[in-house]
Amino acid sequence: MDLRRFGFILLIIVILIGVVVLVGGKTVPAGTIIASMLATTISVATPLTLGAISGIFCERAGVVNIGIEGMMLAAAFFGWFAAILCNSIWKMPAMPSLLIGVVIAILTGGLMGLLHAVLSVTYKVDQIIGGTVINILAVGITGFLNRQLFFEKGSIFGGQVPHAPGVLPRLPIPILADLPVVGVIFRQQPIAILAVVAVAVTHFVLFFTRWGLRTRAVGEHPRAADTVGINVIRVRYANVIIGGMVAGLAGAYFTLESVPSFEPLMTNGRGFISLAAMIFGNWSPVGAWMAALVFGAAQALQINLQFFRQQIPPAWAFLQQAYVVGLIPYILTMIILTGIIGRTTPPAADGVAYEK
Amino acid sequence: MIEPVQSTVWQKLEPILSAAAVPLLAVLTAMLVGAIIIFIAGGNPLDAYWGLLEGAFGSARAISETTVWATPYIFAGLAVSVAFKGGLFNIGAEGQLALGAVASAWVGYALPDLLGLNLPAWIHLPLAVGAGMLAGAIWGAIPGWLKAKTGAHEVINTIMLNYIALNLTSFLLNGPMQDPNPLNVIARTPLIAEGARMPPIFPGYRLHWGFVLALLVALLIWWVLNKTTLGFEIRTVGANPNAARYAGVNVARTIVISMTLSGILAGLAGAIEVTGLNYRHELGFSIGYGFDAIAIALLGKTNPLGVVIAALLFGAMRNGATRMQFLTQIPTDIISVIQALILLFVAADAIIRWLYRIKVGEEKLVLTRGWGG
Amino acid sequence: MKSEASMEHSAEPVLQVKGITKQFPGVLANDHIDLDLRKGEIHALLGENGAGKSTLMNIIYGLYQPDEGEIWVNGRQVVMHSPNDAIKHGIGMVHQHFMLIPVFTVAENIMLGSETVKKGVLDRRGVARRVRELSHQYGLDVDPDALVSDLPVGLQQRVEIVKALYRQADILILDEPTAVLTPQEADDLFRIMRELAAQGISIIFISHKLKEVLKISDRITVLRGGRVVGTTRPQETDQAHLAAMMVGREVILQVEKSEARPGDKVLEIQNLNVFDDRGVRVVNDLSLELYAGEVLGIAGVQGNGQSELVEALTGLRHIHGGRVLIQGRDVTNKPPRAITEVGTAHIPEDRQKFGLVLSYPVTDNLVLCTYYLSPFARRGVLNFRAIDENGRRLVEKFDVRTPSPYVVASKLSGGNQQKVIVARELSRPIRLIIANQPTRGLDVGSIEYIHREVIDMRDQGCAVLLVSAELDEIMALSDRIAVMFGGRIVSILPAARADRETLGLMMAGVEVGHPEPVQAVT
Repeated sequence: MDLRRFGFILLIIVILIGVVVLVGGKTVPAGTIIASMLATTISVATPLTLGAISGIFCERAGVVNIGIEGMMLAAAFFGWFAAILCNSIWKMPAMPSLLIGVVIAILTGGLMGLLHAVLSVTYKVDQIIGGTVINILAVGITGFLNRQLFFEKGSIFGGQVPHAPGVLPRLPIPILADLPVVGVIFRQQPIAILAVVAVAVTHFVLFFTRWGLRTRAVGEHPRAADTVGINVIRVRYANVIIGGMVAGLAGAYFTLESVPSFEPLMTNGRGFISLAAMIFGNWSPVGAWMAALVFGAAQALQINLQFFRQQIPPAWAFLQQAYVVGLIPYILTMIILTGIIGRTTPPAADGVAYEK
Repeated sequence: MIEPVQSTVWQKLEPILSAAAVPLLAVLTAMLVGAIIIFIAGGNPLDAYWGLLEGAFGSARAISETTVWATPYIFAGLAVSVAFKGGLFNIGAEGQLALGAVASAWVGYALPDLLGLNLPAWIHLPLAVGAGMLAGAIWGAIPGWLKAKTGAHEVINTIMLNYIALNLTSFLLNGPMQDPNPLNVIARTPLIAEGARMPPIFPGYRLHWGFVLALLVALLIWWVLNKTTLGFEIRTVGANPNAARYAGVNVARTIVISMTLSGILAGLAGAIEVTGLNYRHELGFSIGYGFDAIAIALLGKTNPLGVVIAALLFGAMRNGATRMQFLTQIPTDIISVIQALILLFVAADAIIRWLYRIKVGEEKLVLTRGWGG
Repeated sequence: MKSEASMEHSAEPVLQVKGITKQFPGVLANDHIDLDLRKGEIHALLGENGAGKSTLMNIIYGLYQPDEGEIWVNGRQVVMHSPNDAIKHGIGMVHQHFMLIPVFTVAENIMLGSETVKKGVLDRRGVARRVRELSHQYGLDVDPDALVSDLPVGLQQRVEIVKALYRQADILILDEPTAVLTPQEADDLFRIMRELAAQGISIIFISHKLKEVLKISDRITVLRGGRVVGTTRPQETDQAHLAAMMVGREVILQVEKSEARPGDKVLEIQNLNVFDDRGVRVVNDLSLELYAGEVLGIAGVQGNGQSELVEALTGLRHIHGGRVLIQGRDVTNKPPRAITEVGTAHIPEDRQKFGLVLSYPVTDNLVLCTYYLSPFARRGVLNFRAIDENGRRLVEKFDVRTPSPYVVASKLSGGNQQKVIVARELSRPIRLIIANQPTRGLDVGSIEYIHREVIDMRDQGCAVLLVSAELDEIMALSDRIAVMFGGRIVSILPAARADRETLGLMMAGVEVGHPEPVQAVT
């Protein structure tokens, strides 16, 4: 990643953390604030990181996927539903229920990935339209089932939303979690940890393995790959399904790690912001992760400011409004897309259906 | 020697019919799949669809309501279609619509106080509608300009602008523009002045002149796209931007014009809803119109006539759904599922062709040329 | 010249096809073709565009499946389901448009599809080592760690050859390999081919260029219309005979034209500087003058700035320095429409990308550049009666083969699509024609037609700037020939005094003693 991009990312993160330090610095030591901000950033950046990884798998193989939002939403719903089913109806204890929920979420994502692959690769539907179909489908199905299953009398749950089995617990990393002040950064929940691991794994796979070489070849010049005997269709299917599964994991974050409930449209554009992170990171896992951290930091700012409600000077009160801080990711995304911060080079065959 | 084209009635009709075959079958198949989903989820599809039909067309009032629902769909569908024709994907109809509604409402309730005058209808109504068009124009021009200047893909930019518009609207409707009436607790504007309201066509029914305006605008858009040099330029840029440049068309300017025009139409959708139906803007009433508009545009094959028909269909479904839910307790969300399926079958029309053994023959609508880095 | 050793070939062919037939919608590409290849032989497959050569090779390489016919390798019948099978049987293919991934290194491109893996990780070092070995063995000189996008075309081609050798190919198919090379690079390639053949590699090489086929091959098979017309040896034939076999009739290799009668200056280019998309300067302080009533041909291997020059002249690319004057008016950096309006016609290099809107009917394509002018439009409203009438008239006048003028352009053949473009461009009042690769990929009939049109326009007083990678076309049509290399005009000479060898050297950047650059032919 070039210096300009990296510098920009660092600058924004420093500014965002700095604001919180300025506001709360009188009551709480700066070090604690910084550590808390970093910890929150890593946590809330999780769906963005995973979403970007999902996008990278798909697009490196040449398939544009704007349906990540819908995949996350559907996975969030079905994962949560499975967890509740296990816990409330089948009386399983909390942890196994949650884990089964995660698995179901991943499978849901994979299934939607399969749908996207079928539409884009086999039927050669315009890939953006295909992604839009997935988004609309997800909104419709989750909204419909949510109401039908939980709010209608006569449904399995008898018209009441049952007790959710909580959220996935934090897993402190040995030794690091016990450090003073910064230890809080290393007490994350499992999916957050998996997200960081996913970045490293994806980087390794893409640039050091046969799978990665073939995937990138298919995304850059599918005909060339075809002539050396690579099955372009199979490579694209595989990557899009994996991308779907990763998006499914991102979905699990919403209802099994972040909050123990489901709200319609709860993904709130995170899937699209992931795409911006992917583009800004120039389709590389590490770059996308850094971009995701910036967006996460903006959200962390809003969350941490809540603690310091009293200390916010009146002139800065507007920062508290969800509207203002909530706008940062969207505006940042648009700025990034103009290319001012750095040109981006997508895989050469990205978005183009392969004709034999 | 070139033979003059024989023209019989059948040959004039045949292309229209074959063009309509796939969308029609897509709708039918989607409803079939929807019926299966209803059945699995524990409902009775026949009752559900009967309720739907009854709610949409079962009485004069029902028909009036259907056209009321269809009106913003026509405008929004046209908005997305115009963008498609220009080779652009306007997912931002939602935001453009919302801001159009807000601007329109503001002119509707705030302008008389601001000016200290009582504005007669023939000034106030056009001003209110015009404000909506302006707001939509701006919200459409932004991603258009960004694309023309920097190559930034309009898909993500319009989506971002949707969320920004949503936040903006939320802020305004919970704050400075909130109805100050002490009985009001929700995020909505005050009622607009009498002079800014679109009159109903038949007293007692909600059907208003906005519907007629929608039909006229559809005709106008058809004319612009197919009979003017501007339309030629828009379509050429959409079909082959390289050839357009070569042909001397100012591609950047045309992109901005296409998106602005698209934004105007979406803004109109919001403005007409405010001035013709609700007489105010309420937060959340317009959620989902953006994606519906995409489905309508594709179902109508980006042809203004097709868009009107598709809009009426969607309007019928949305309207009928309330009655369906009342009669059978099946949530109205199933309509979203059916609409998504319609979109799926229209987009992947190869599935429909295979199912019903229709011959191939159509050009594909390809919009994705990657992100354009 | 060829070594004696390669003349003796074993009796058993290494590759044999019998009765290969392949039908595509609307065209029978291969019609019961028989062909055999002997060990260590260089066997040329000759035919014009569309004769079926590439289809046959793609079948042998497993990219297509034949409808009928058999393939035999080393005496055993085989079936090719995919390139993997072809590779397994020792067949390698170097395509006309390289199948290389620009952002990968040479080694990555070579190992793609046959990767060696150590404990799950790509064995980049091992592959690099093997590439250097092969490179040395056959005199190919490729650097495994170089990025393909940084390599010149000639080197990229060698990477393709190493790619095949890496997979132990002993049968090599080369598809139009000299299309992108200078005459000198082509000679280098021929040297490599002889070396390969001497070491036992058997080569099929596809071409439509008569001279080189006669120079390098042991045997020549001519295809026409999907059928084998005959197989012969260079000693038993000559260019005219081969041409006749290719086309089925006597082919006029030279265009009949009278002397040029140049008039006033139509185009003047002064010290032009243009950059390509990557920011590299590709037109370097270029100056040129063109007069009415003459054809100035710009000869050069593709990639020396010709495309960017044409784009700059027609308003499609930014000019960073220098001036362009058409009929005395400064049109530097003016938009395409302004340049069209001063009487310029542009026949673009890529007809489907720039010259036509394939989804529009022919009539609309015929007014693509003039739709906004009267009578086709008045105050922004289109007049379809005038547009349709214009379409009918031009289709008839230029003999465009189409069921109707309202048919969409995508349904026309390449030759007829080009005729539409020519009809559109030449039926305006024009003084300057800029034609870039005007006959690329066309059948002989269309080529002859377009050459005739160009000469006719010249005789009517137009100035014609002809850019072409086909040296034969340049030499047949031009009155003066300018050679472009590295973004500069290295020489201008009257066509009568130009010969292939000298031009070839100049195209490769070699300084050749020549008389002062000539401004106009008198």
